[in-house]
Amino acid sequence: MNDEAWIDAALTSARPQAVGALLRYFRDLDTAEEAFQNASLRALKSWQQNGPPRDPAAWLIMVGRNAGIDEVRRRRKQEALPDDDQAISDLGDAEEEVAERLDGSHYRDDILRLLFICCHPELQPTQQIALALRIVSGLSVKQIARAFLVSEAAMEQRITRAKARVADADVPFEAPGAVERSQRLASVAAMIYLIFNEGYSASGDTADIRKPLCEEAIRLSRLLLRLFPAEPEMMGLLALLLLQHARAAARFDAEGSIVLLEDQDRSLWNKTMIAEGLALIDKAMRHRASGPYQVQAAIAALHCRAEKPEDTDWTQIDLLYGALELMQPSPVITLNRAVAVSKARGAEAALAMIEPLEARLSNYFHFFGVRGALLMQLGRNDEARTAFDRAIALANTSAEAAHIRMHLDRLMRDAKGGDKAGR
Amino acid sequence: MLYAILCYHDEDFVGSWSKEHDADVMAKLAVVQEKLTKQGRLGPVARLLPTTAATTLRKENPPLVLDGPYAETKEQLLGFYIVDCKNLDEAVEVARDLGAANPGGAYEIRPVGLFAPGGAVK
Repeated sequence: MNDEAWIDAALTSARPQAVGALLRYFRDLDTAEEAFQNASLRALKSWQQNGPPRDPAAWLIMVGRNAGIDEVRRRRKQEALPDDDQAISDLGDAEEEVAERLDGSHYRDDILRLLFICCHPELQPTQQIALALRIVSGLSVKQIARAFLVSEAAMEQRITRAKARVADADVPFEAPGAVERSQRLASVAAMIYLIFNEGYSASGDTADIRKPLCEEAIRLSRLLLRLFPAEPEMMGLLALLLLQHARAAARFDAEGSIVLLEDQDRSLWNKTMIAEGLALIDKAMRHRASGPYQVQAAIAALHCRAEKPEDTDWTQIDLLYGALELMQPSPVITLNRAVAVSKARGAEAALAMIEPLEARLSNYFHFFGVRGALLMQLGRNDEARTAFDRAIALANTSAEAAHIRMHLDRLMRDAKGGDKAGR
Repeated sequence: MLYAILCYHDEDFVGSWSKEHDADVMAKLAVVQEKLTKQGRLGPVARLLPTTAATTLRKENPPLVLDGPYAETKEQLLGFYIVDCKNLDEAVEVARDLGAANPGGAYEIRPVGLFAPGGAVK
């Protein structure tokens, strides 16, 4: 690894801890980020000459703190606000705090706070994600814009607005209590899941561009689990992301069309990621404190454990979806359950399960896709065609539409009476 | 004499490597391993998954199962090699070669007392 690549990796891995500590210290996101930026520039020079420090994060916090203090003093002089003594006395207290942090005590809450401010309820999900990728992960605006398929200027504006909103928000800086901490953890976990889905729901032609979102979500999720090593839901979240992402290489064909789970080339699945995911779900289960991430990870695990599609334990998946429905009642979960039911108990039972959902899912592409497929299995081809037509009208991506068209083509072929059953 | 070469590094840092860099390091290490294999000196090699996947059993009475690695350290045990070497100098030489292929972190060179290669696990 050349010097620059080495320093880059060190800065990336130290960033959440360093920015988190600087934020606690300066209590202002912009100042904290600038201080970190400043420290990073000095690191480039100093680390190249003197080699790596033993603890890069501590080095960056120390240097960033000094840079930030200089900046705050400089600004105070320029603004010349005579009665604003608050900042200086705050700095005095914080100096001791940083010394304490260098003993490695509070960094868990620092990182959690940094992630938590990105989850501000007034921010749109896409704003939350963009902000987290910028300030926690340290991706450039250009990189984030690319992953979101928008212009750099638009992304810059989105992030600036999100920051402004966060700056006005009241973020408590004292160490959170146990209840508060677990609430923060839940919000942060949900945001990490959003980041992942943003990358995972990409269509075939954009999957590669958006893949970094999945990888970053996994990195953040692993960071979170390291901070909270005994939280089964955090194990579940990381397991879920790893098991889903393990299939990335098999999810689209060369033309960028979706390849269904049962048609995927399982030799393309990433075995290391699957091993890690399965190990985590095993660990989580021992806690006997189930939760939505663990259940979803358990479902993904059953798919990954099946060497061939026909080995899939659909009965167990049906049961797990049943458990998930109880935890998070949602028509979308019932719809997913219906797919498992069709395999375990037949299309008739599955269709009966989804019929009541139509009112709530009348604009949902997948509902009509699943319904069409079930009707097709039952030989009710005219109704199937109607459902598929509706699905195409609701498709979000060209890959989704193309996938449904494939079903329709099959129906057309069958309708011509040329069903080559013996082939 | 068999030596274990235990690989320690900051796993956050290693986790920040790009996929290309990771593959590059593994390819360079493979060259060193290949050389040792040809000399008939290389035993089992393992790369461990992150410590977040680790579980620790404390052998108290009754035994206590804990999440996470045994020791919370700045650098984590990430893998190991078993290598046959005439003496410590030779083992240090092997570690140097591995280190040149994969700089950063540290190798602990530890003589092996008992070695049961097993053989059932592929």
